[in-house]
Amino acid sequence: MTPGVTDISQSVYSLHMIIFWICVVIAIAVFSVMFWSMFKYRKSQGAKPATFHESTTVEIIWTLIPIIILVAMAVPATSTLKEMYDISESDIDIKITGYQWKWQYDYINDDVSFFSNLSTPQEQINNEATKGDHYLLEVDEPMVIPVNKKIRFLVTANDVIHSWWVPAFAVKKDAIPGFINEAWTKVNEPGIYRGQCAELCGKDHGFMPIVVKAVEEPEYQAWLAAKQEKARSEALLASQVWSMEDLMAKGEAVYNSSCAACHQQNGAGIPPAFPALKGSAIAIGPVEEHIDIVVNGKPGTAMQAFAAQLSDVDLAAVITYERNAWGNNTGDSVSPQDIAKAKGN
Amino acid sequence: MSAVVESELKEDHHHGPARGIGRWLFTTNHKDIGSMYLWFSFAMFLVGGCMALTIRAELFQPGLQIVDPGFFNQMTTMHGLIMVFGAVMPAFVGLANWMIPMMIGAPDMALPRMNNWSFWILPFAFTMLLSTLFMEGGAPNFGWTFYAPLSTTYAPPSVTYFIFGVHMMGISSIMGAINVIATILNMRAPGMTYMKMPLFVWTWLITAFLLIAVMPVLAGVVTMMLMDIHFGTSFFNAAGGGDPVLFQHVFWFFGHPEVYIMILPAFGVVSQIIPTFSRKKLFGYHSMVWATSSIALLSFIVWAHHMFTVGIPLFGELFFMYATMLIAVPTGVKVFNWVATMFKGSISFETPMLFSVAFVILFSIGGFSGLMLAIAPSDFQYHDTYFVVAHFHYVLVPGAIFGIFAAVYYWLPKWCGRMYSETLGKAHFWLSFVGMNLAFFPMHFLGLAGMPRRIPDYALQFADFNWISSIGAFMFGFTQLIFLYIVISTIRSGRKATAAVWESAEGLEWTIPSPAPYHTFSTPPEVK
Repeated sequence: MTPGVTDISQSVYSLHMIIFWICVVIAIAVFSVMFWSMFKYRKSQGAKPATFHESTTVEIIWTLIPIIILVAMAVPATSTLKEMYDISESDIDIKITGYQWKWQYDYINDDVSFFSNLSTPQEQINNEATKGDHYLLEVDEPMVIPVNKKIRFLVTANDVIHSWWVPAFAVKKDAIPGFINEAWTKVNEPGIYRGQCAELCGKDHGFMPIVVKAVEEPEYQAWLAAKQEKARSEALLASQVWSMEDLMAKGEAVYNSSCAACHQQNGAGIPPAFPALKGSAIAIGPVEEHIDIVVNGKPGTAMQAFAAQLSDVDLAAVITYERNAWGNNTGDSVSPQDIAKAKGN
Repeated sequence: MSAVVESELKEDHHHGPARGIGRWLFTTNHKDIGSMYLWFSFAMFLVGGCMALTIRAELFQPGLQIVDPGFFNQMTTMHGLIMVFGAVMPAFVGLANWMIPMMIGAPDMALPRMNNWSFWILPFAFTMLLSTLFMEGGAPNFGWTFYAPLSTTYAPPSVTYFIFGVHMMGISSIMGAINVIATILNMRAPGMTYMKMPLFVWTWLITAFLLIAVMPVLAGVVTMMLMDIHFGTSFFNAAGGGDPVLFQHVFWFFGHPEVYIMILPAFGVVSQIIPTFSRKKLFGYHSMVWATSSIALLSFIVWAHHMFTVGIPLFGELFFMYATMLIAVPTGVKVFNWVATMFKGSISFETPMLFSVAFVILFSIGGFSGLMLAIAPSDFQYHDTYFVVAHFHYVLVPGAIFGIFAAVYYWLPKWCGRMYSETLGKAHFWLSFVGMNLAFFPMHFLGLAGMPRRIPDYALQFADFNWISSIGAFMFGFTQLIFLYIVISTIRSGRKATAAVWESAEGLEWTIPSPAPYHTFSTPPEVK
């Protein structure tokens, strides 16, 4: 364990070290008596057994001493715990939503919202390419927070239970569908901090990293502004007319980050849980059904609704891609307007 | 005393075992049923072990090599379920069946016909559970704790088979527990007061009460799952007014006492063995009984320490933290008593003693990491990492499994009338000891470095410790084949054992001949 970069994580670290050393001391004491007994009173050395088998005094002593040690441990633990639970007076509130298998971050006071996906390429996971330095601990869009500000996290989930964990902050909170948990942090040093989902949440539980970039206040404001600007321009893009080439190029990128983990990069899927898209009835059948399944998901299966996760442009692009890649040459091109229509707005 | 029993035997030797397969199918004899439980549990130990090795083979290197992540989750789930319900629990029931009547001077278990049932349910339960591996959609893939809604709304269709399998295991355990309680309360030899019962009997009595208290809770939680999946209820679905955390509360109200169900009988075994090979009476018999009962009682009020991160209010966290820490006190008393038993003894190191000493040391290490986990603020850092995996394997492998090995070596001569090979037994011990530590000790470091549990692939900084851990796991796994060989060769061709077997072993089981006759104590022995 490392001391981390928040006051809380540092007191957790010192708590951990205190308990660790207490355990080591007790272990040395008990085990040395034990080994000494085993060495000194061996039958092969002609040891004669004593006959005592009871002593109330000794037993009371070795009941009381552990109790005293435990009380000594409980005192600092209680005060650290109280601090961790003090979620009052935050500067920024971020809602964290766990999805199978990605995180969504909503900056609820600033109108910024985005998904954070694993960005390690599938080839590295399949051992077809050299693994990068941050293998499995890298995302396409990290959470960005300012340093020295109290950030409150509102943690929830969309499907199953996940757990949002960044070791350097000593924050681990379960994301439970239908409920909102709270946690907070205040980071002392700028830097990039990495963590992972810590609750088994299905097939890609191991591929759900968390990256938090802590930056100085001005940089944070600039990032926030850029994010808001990007959201506006995306809304604009959705009203444009897209060419087939542009849709295919964008669709491939979206497919690889959002769909390839289950349906594979070559569209072959992993039957029976994850059907193939190559030549599938959905991908070469009526376009409305294809849009419906991507936008609204398929209840009772791992196929989730992507309506909230991807923009209309991304959805149009990825559906176009799926209908024309791997020999699915339907020639259909789906526009962002088609998506908006399917969503009913 | 043995002479008395032998003369009685001559009169009713025609009441021997039936011939052929019927002996095993219809038997009501506690010894036959005990043996079947033990063989069944060893078979399950090997099956669960193969699954563990699949997991460790995949984790040998970063990247996905052998299995896909979906199958990896099936392996972790099945490994946990099989080891808990198929290997450890039946092994202890097997030991109880063999030893409790012999230790309390009873002719058989109190409810022999039910005894036959409680065993024969198990092979069907596990066939059903294992068959899910071949079903469309695969086996259960949501961890042995099967948290909802992953195990309800998002589960493969085979979850229904899993639920019925769990029900059957639960029925079997409850019947076994009723039998143990009825036997101990009613069939003790004249003069054997509660405070004269061997500790193995004591620990099993307490375990049996734990089983009766919590197995229905497990049955309840899986029934609620069944209703959620098939009958449209919403116990665990927030959208329908339920609560996924309710699942965890109910599960761990069963699950925490369950971990003591898997360790208390081993406490009993070690409390029989250490005095024997120290040639000294057990130190602090009364406080051992007291400590075991307190552990059992405390185990009911600490369940939420598995749930420190689900968002329990501060007051709840503090309560569960303090209560959990308190368990260290009676557990400490037990360890101190074992050490005091060895102190000033006359110790020899036969295989059962080696396993028992390793039990005390390694279980204590598991206890220390347990104490660390009890501290709620640091638990936020340890929870659901490999630190937890290291902790509970240190408690369960040297605790439950080594306890079972110690018991088998200790009583095998009594069961089959033949001595095992001490050389091979020691080899089995040392290879298991080294393999086990190699496999699980590095996991402490992995957890502290931030590796979550139940992931099929990991970041590069975790590679070295995983590599060591996998080698240790393979070593531990293959060593168990030596154990299989030892047991078979002992039964077939070991040298004859005497009635007392061990130099200063105490207890009624050593007063009857080896092998123990098919029917013992048709006239109860007198205990002074």
